[in-house]
Parts: sequence; structure tokens; C-alpha cells
Amino acid sequence: MNITGVLLKLASQSGFAAFFLTEGGWKNLIMIAIAFVLLYLGIVKKFEPLLLCGIAFGCLLSNLSYFIGMGENAMYHPELWTEFLDAASPYYHSYGHILSNAGLLDFFYIGVKAGIYPSLIFLGVGAMTDFGPLLANPKSLLLGAAAQLGVFIAFFGAVLLGFTGPEAASIGIIGGADGPTAIFLTTKLAPHLLGPIAIAAYSYMALIPLIQPPIMKAMTTEKMRQVKMVQAREVTKTEKILFPVVVATFVILLLPSTAPLIGCLMLGNLFRECGVTDRLSDTAQNALMNIVTIFLATSVGATMVAQNFLSWDTIKIIFLGLVAFGISTAGGLLGGIVMYKTSGGRINPLIGSAGVSAVPMAARVSQDVGRKYNKNNYLLMHAMGPNVAGVIGSAVAAGFLLAVFGG
Amino acid sequence: MSDLIHISIGAAGATALLGYAVVFFALVLLLGVVSLMGLFTAPKKPAEKAVGGIPAPERSAPVLVTENLAPLAPGTAGEVKLYDTDPRTAAMLMAIVADELQTPLNELRFISIREIKEEDQ
Repeated sequence: MNITGVLLKLASQSGFAAFFLTEGGWKNLIMIAIAFVLLYLGIVKKFEPLLLCGIAFGCLLSNLSYFIGMGENAMYHPELWTEFLDAASPYYHSYGHILSNAGLLDFFYIGVKAGIYPSLIFLGVGAMTDFGPLLANPKSLLLGAAAQLGVFIAFFGAVLLGFTGPEAASIGIIGGADGPTAIFLTTKLAPHLLGPIAIAAYSYMALIPLIQPPIMKAMTTEKMRQVKMVQAREVTKTEKILFPVVVATFVILLLPSTAPLIGCLMLGNLFRECGVTDRLSDTAQNALMNIVTIFLATSVGATMVAQNFLSWDTIKIIFLGLVAFGISTAGGLLGGIVMYKTSGGRINPLIGSAGVSAVPMAARVSQDVGRKYNKNNYLLMHAMGPNVAGVIGSAVAAGFLLAVFGG
Repeated sequence: MSDLIHISIGAAGATALLGYAVVFFALVLLLGVVSLMGLFTAPKKPAEKAVGGIPAPERSAPVLVTENLAPLAPGTAGEVKLYDTDPRTAAMLMAIVADELQTPLNELRFISIREIKEEDQ
């Protein structure tokens, strides 16, 4: 046995050598550094840690194991997915080809590609969400709609910056401030942008307490911020049970492309409210949600291979994502101001910013800013109405974009 | 299809406007349906009565119905329901909340106080 030869072979096959010997291997080092930064943000700064830790580690794993020309040990193979999406390739839409060549993270990614994980996350979100505040004040739905402004402005901005229509639609949906919706739409329209879009969506969702308050202060007067809202009416159990059935029926009939998201959201909510499926509701809220979160986060992180991620497009997406969040907040506040004026000053416009989805963080920001100006003001339950309306609004916006650009 | 992939700025603007309008339309439709549903299923408003010259509680608040309703002390908002909580602990909690909010106790309204046990969490 030639020990020197074996050692040389091991050395040449190692990732350390690959950093310097393969084409663009040094870029993996940058991605590994980015993964470390994301881990720091998730663990130390607690920015959406449940997702960011998984995304960061998925990014780390794929960039430790995948190098161009050395794909045999890779956990994620971007070229397999390029062939999967290339209509001219013999492996176009061939899951068989994926399964026979896949690494572990490729298997996980099949759930993203097929739209399974985002829908299951919506099932869990539905089971965790109390739509009572929305039912007590249905006008909150208007704020959920107003706060989708950033989606469409960012879409337009992305086209101006040279993105294609499907890419621009995927970038715009970041403004919906809803991670699963952004992932769902992006895997359908622009899967090559999944990494930067998911990172932008989740990072900005975590930064909502920093992004929103300056916009809220700039757009409202002190008098508006001090408005105390009257206690909302009670909501009956019957209303809560009927709500998911009614929403699923009307929204899916109106926009069939929203069916996976709205269908799962409302199914989860029905489990929660109907009173006879407590075990299913518990599983959807906890075990299922946690399992899917692990698969979703690591597989989304795995798509952040250096060759895809390190480009000017990523910087443009990060910028457009911030614009989308800011404008969506402004749109919701504008809606709130209109309701303040039309209600004779009885509605606090600060609840409008909660229409950007991001449950419950955006509602908490409305509560915190409101209390800063009137310490006896409790806006949380009033803000939860637009907040959950935003989840429905962003799913409708995604459904529209999918209907237009989904082919 | 190619028109949509390499979309013109004019078409992008029109798509954005149309999209925002569709979101509004869908949610306004939903608002109508939910409001209609509320008309049939929302709880009926309780009749307001003054007891012993004291104004009745706010409409949205749950009403405590008892056989022999004693007149309430002036300034009080009603009775608080206690679950697994002794009156002394409840009194202390209410005092702490009032102090924290810097609001007189008789301006606050406590509906119920319940001890949250570990298995409830």
C-alpha cells in the first residue's frame, strides 16, 4: 500500500484543497463567512432564530461540500436543479434523475420545489392564529390589503432594475413580509433567486422593530398616535368555525392559484376552532411545524451556493426587499390614516402598519409605538386584526402574481 | 409568454396597479362576506340596565348574571371571577397592575384572574 499516495489522494479530495484548486472555490469561503454571520445573527441577536439557524447551517453545509467539478460528495447539487428546470434538457422535470443523483439536501429541497413545506407551514400558522380580532373588526381586512402596496412597487422597481417579470414578482412578494409565501412563489417563478429572497424576507421580518417605527412616526401626528380604541366586540364560536370555511371558499374560487396557501391556512385554523380536532391542531402547531421548519430552513439555506448567491442581483434583491418592507408599512399606515379620518378619529392609524403580515411581530410594534405616546393604550388586539388580514392579503397577492407569471 | 418574461415598463406598471386592485377587490369581497356572517352569528347586545343607580358595564364586557344581584359599590365596575386564586392574591395582583399602570384601581376593569399552572403552559 502506497501510504504517500493515499495521503496525497485524501489531500487532493479535501475541501481545503478544493477552496484553491477548483474553479471559484474561493467563493465558497465567502459563503462560509456569510453563514457564520447569519448564525451569529440568529443565535446572538435572535433574528428569527428558528429559521435563520437552519438557513445558515444549510448554507454552511452546501458550501462545505459542493465545489465545481467535485460534486460526488455534495449534499446539494445546483446543476441537478438547473437541468430539472431546463426545458431543453433530457432531465426536464425528472424527479427520477434527481433521486438517483441527489445528496441529502437535494432530497430535502424536493419538498420546497414541490411547494409542500410552505403549504404545511401555512397549516401550522393557521392552527396557531386566532382570527377573532379580525372577525370583531372586519374592516381590518382593508388594512391588510393596503399594506400590500410594497409588493407591487417593489415588483415595478425590480423590472426597472432589469429583472424579468417572474423574477420581479418573486422579489416583490418580499414586501408581503411572509416567509412561506415568498418561498412558495419564488420556487414557482424564479427558483434560482430563492436563497437571496428568503434571506431578505426573513432578515427584514426580524428587523421590523427597527424598520417600522421611524416610518410610523414620520407619517402620523402625535394626536393620531395617542388615539385609544374602544374594546372590540365578542366573537362567537360559530363565527370562528365558519370563518375558515367561508374564506377558503371565496378566496380560492376567486383566485384558484392561492389554493395551496389559503387552503392549508384555513384547514389549520379549522382544526384549531372546530373543537373536535384538538389533537390535529396540536400536531399542526407544534410537531409538524417544527419538523417542516427544519426541512424548509436547511434546504433553503442549501440553495445559497456561491455560484448562485454571489452576484449583483443579490445586492439588488436585498435593496429592493428593504424598499418593499418600507413601502408596505407606509401603505398600511396610509390605510390607517384614511380610517382615522373617516371614523372621526376613533381608529388609531398605527394599527395599519401591522397589515404587513409578519405575525405577531408587526402587531407588537404597533402596540409598543402606541404605548410610547399613551402609556394606557393597548393596541395589540386591535393590531392583530390587520396583522392576520395581512397573511391573507399577501397570499392573495402571491396568487395574483402566480396567475399572471406562472405560465 | 415572452412578453411577460421580458416585461416592458408600461406593462409592469399596469400589472402592479391591477395586482393591487385585485388584492383590494378580494379583501373587500371577504369583508362583505365576513360582515354578513357577523350579522347572523354575532352575539346579541345585552339590554343595558342601571343597578342601584350605577351605570351598567360596557356593552362588550361579559355580564355576570346572579340570582340576587346586590347593589355595587360606587365606582366599581363589577365583580371579578377568580379561578384557582384566593381573594388575597387577587387583591394583590390588582393592586400591582394598578400601580404598574399608574391608574386608580376603580378605573380599571378586571374580568377574571386565573392561576396558570405548569401543565397549562
